Amino acid sequence: MVEFVMLTLGIALFLYTVLGGADFGAGIVEMLVGKRSISTISKAIAPVWEANHVWLILVIVVIFNGFPKVYSTLSLVLHLPLMAVLVGIILRGTTFTFRHYDVLEDGTHKYYTAIFRISSIITPIFLGIILGAMILGNITLDQSQGFYGMFVAPWFNWFCLAMGVFSLGLFTLISAVFLIGEVETEEGREIMSRLSKRLLIVNLILGILVMLSAENEGFPLIQSFLAAPFSLTMVILASILIPVLIRFINQNAILKMRVTMGAIIAMIMVGWAIVQYPTFIQFSDGTSLTIENTQAPPATFRQLVIALAVGVSLIIPATIYLFRVFKWGNDD
Amino acid sequence: MDPLLAARLQMAMSMGFHIIFACIGMTMPVLMAYSEWKWLKTGEQVYLDLTKAWSKGVAIFFAVGAVSGTVLSFELGLLWPEFMEHAGAIIGMPFSWEGTAFFIEAIALGLFLYGWKRMNKWAHWVSGVVVGISGVMSGILVVAANGWMNSPTGFDYVNGEYINIDPVAAMLNAAWFSEALHMTLAAFVSTSFAVAGVHAILLLKDRTNVFHQKATQLALIFGSVAALLIPISGDIAAKDVAKRQPAKLAAMEALYHTEQPASLIIGGIPNDETETVDYAIHIPYALSFLAHGDFNAEVTGLDKIPKDERPPVLVTHFAFQIMIGCGSILAFVGLLYLFFSWRKQEMLTRTWWLRLLAFCTPLGFLAVEAGWTVTEVGRQPWIIYGYMKTEDAVSTMPGLEYSFYLITGIYIMLTIVVAWLMQRQIKTVHLMYSTANKTGKIGNKNAIKAALGQENN
Repeated sequence: MVEFVMLTLGIALFLYTVLGGADFGAGIVEMLVGKRSISTISKAIAPVWEANHVWLILVIVVIFNGFPKVYSTLSLVLHLPLMAVLVGIILRGTTFTFRHYDVLEDGTHKYYTAIFRISSIITPIFLGIILGAMILGNITLDQSQGFYGMFVAPWFNWFCLAMGVFSLGLFTLISAVFLIGEVETEEGREIMSRLSKRLLIVNLILGILVMLSAENEGFPLIQSFLAAPFSLTMVILASILIPVLIRFINQNAILKMRVTMGAIIAMIMVGWAIVQYPTFIQFSDGTSLTIENTQAPPATFRQLVIALAVGVSLIIPATIYLFRVFKWGNDD
Repeated sequence: MDPLLAARLQMAMSMGFHIIFACIGMTMPVLMAYSEWKWLKTGEQVYLDLTKAWSKGVAIFFAVGAVSGTVLSFELGLLWPEFMEHAGAIIGMPFSWEGTAFFIEAIALGLFLYGWKRMNKWAHWVSGVVVGISGVMSGILVVAANGWMNSPTGFDYVNGEYINIDPVAAMLNAAWFSEALHMTLAAFVSTSFAVAGVHAILLLKDRTNVFHQKATQLALIFGSVAALLIPISGDIAAKDVAKRQPAKLAAMEALYHTEQPASLIIGGIPNDETETVDYAIHIPYALSFLAHGDFNAEVTGLDKIPKDERPPVLVTHFAFQIMIGCGSILAFVGLLYLFFSWRKQEMLTRTWWLRLLAFCTPLGFLAVEAGWTVTEVGRQPWIIYGYMKTEDAVSTMPGLEYSFYLITGIYIMLTIVVAWLMQRQIKTVHLMYSTANKTGKIGNKNAIKAALGQENN
């Protein structure tokens, strides 16, 4: 049962990274390539964006129902970055829709656009920071640490910051690769392709920065990957796929490049999950919240499994249908 | 600011904000699907125009509702970590079903809003129906969690631990049915009357406009029926509260002293010092009957409740009066509507009738806000009624008031922007749809600019 829940959680996280990430990244891509891209981006995202972001709600629900202690601990000690994520989600979601559904595009739209872009940057950075704080092991429940020690230090450090910027870079890359297949002009496609290739290099650098900052914080990230052969294999495979992705971008093979991009993300996530297993949150005193010690009672878990099984079997076909109607159909 | 107060204010504000959009999200898809069905059946353009015009507004409301709902799912933990640590395993079940319902709703809404040209007409209509059903289901499921906070069940409480958890029993708690029924009807009453009111205001300026006539009619069909049913669900809810949460009922009625038979106190200003209600109207026997269905029944007053377990009387009593007042007006207007459309259709175009509808525009939402205030403030000082006090659940992070200021600032700004966007939609609706228009200028950019008071250039 717990395997099924963890698998669903993993899939939901993956889909949120890929689909939600492409949405977040679109705000940054828009900034990088300028105003011309706005209509393309709106057109590509608008029908699916609500659904893309519900994956996050699914993640939250699974955690607070299945692993309530993880949810309550995170919301206590990471209150500040979580608030930042929330503000980002509110501002981004609303300004995107306001801009898209207003009766007339006039001067007021520059405010929506500005807020949309800023919140598209803030949200991924803080999502990365939160993830970084969960694994880094600076979290403490010791009230004597004071406000800074308990509520700021666990996430305000070079490693978490590097994780934040890495997430931002990754989301932007996912978005740029996705948008290659959405832009309508030859020129636009070339701009997106060039941007994607540059972002690949940027992400490699950011990935190295994450590892260096981990060393700097005394966090054995590289060592843990080296100690887990499966995870190491995943990372190597993902690296091998990078030139393959570049090749598909050069060939303008839309479906192939999207699948490859997704595979790279999936491999990084699986590799990381294996290293991380079974820890959700690492505390500074060496103890941790794990899958075992935070699990809700069996009766709750059984119901969660039923709800997820029914939910997933409805959501997946519905999502596929949605994407078929809007993404793989012919343009009108 | 006291952290407990800050957290309660933030929660109240977030809920009060979200509930408006949730009501719209539950009701509008049903209205739109009904309107589209009329179009499919009759082929009358006005119904198609109406569906499309409404859907543009709904897209904006839905986006705000979705993000403010996401905010709430985080705030439960950010503000009440101790509550969620224990409640998560017990009452997470309806949330996990709600997650699915909301997901389906978001997917179906994407199809409904953007799929006009890409889907078969009937498939499109079905997507609208699915939005409606899943929207109502989401609402009903979320209310189960609130019902549980009011009538906690599905666990044993031993030495401060919640054990033998039975999530199904927790979900099927005693308060769920009455709360969910009352809330669903309230969503229909508030949204339908608000829609009818807005179109009535536009009709006052343009009496023969078919578009606004049909819109008012469609909305009032749902609004009137729901407004007439809501006193019944209210009665069920009140009797249920009287049985389970006597403290809440006593605060609602400002009943300081246990009475047999008890009189109904209408209006007045409750005074906690003297334990009297000044300037109130007392109706003998009425409260006994309303609370227990028996004119001579004893009704528990606040004197039977320990002082530290009494909810705030003033706020609860006022909110209750506002809810009943608004609900009664809407039920009466609903009755008038049904009578007029049955026997005296000429009345429906009279100025006084349209003005009455215009006056009713905010009343339903006012009642919803007041009703939630009754439920939530009336449950105090408990977060899990009888088991966990709100003050024990609040986050220990210092400076919670800054979260409250931040979220308040953002929601005030969003409210202003949404209102501004809506007035833009309303001002230009006659330039977008042929049936709302007599001059024939459809989709003319310069005309739209002029209607919004902008220079042509």
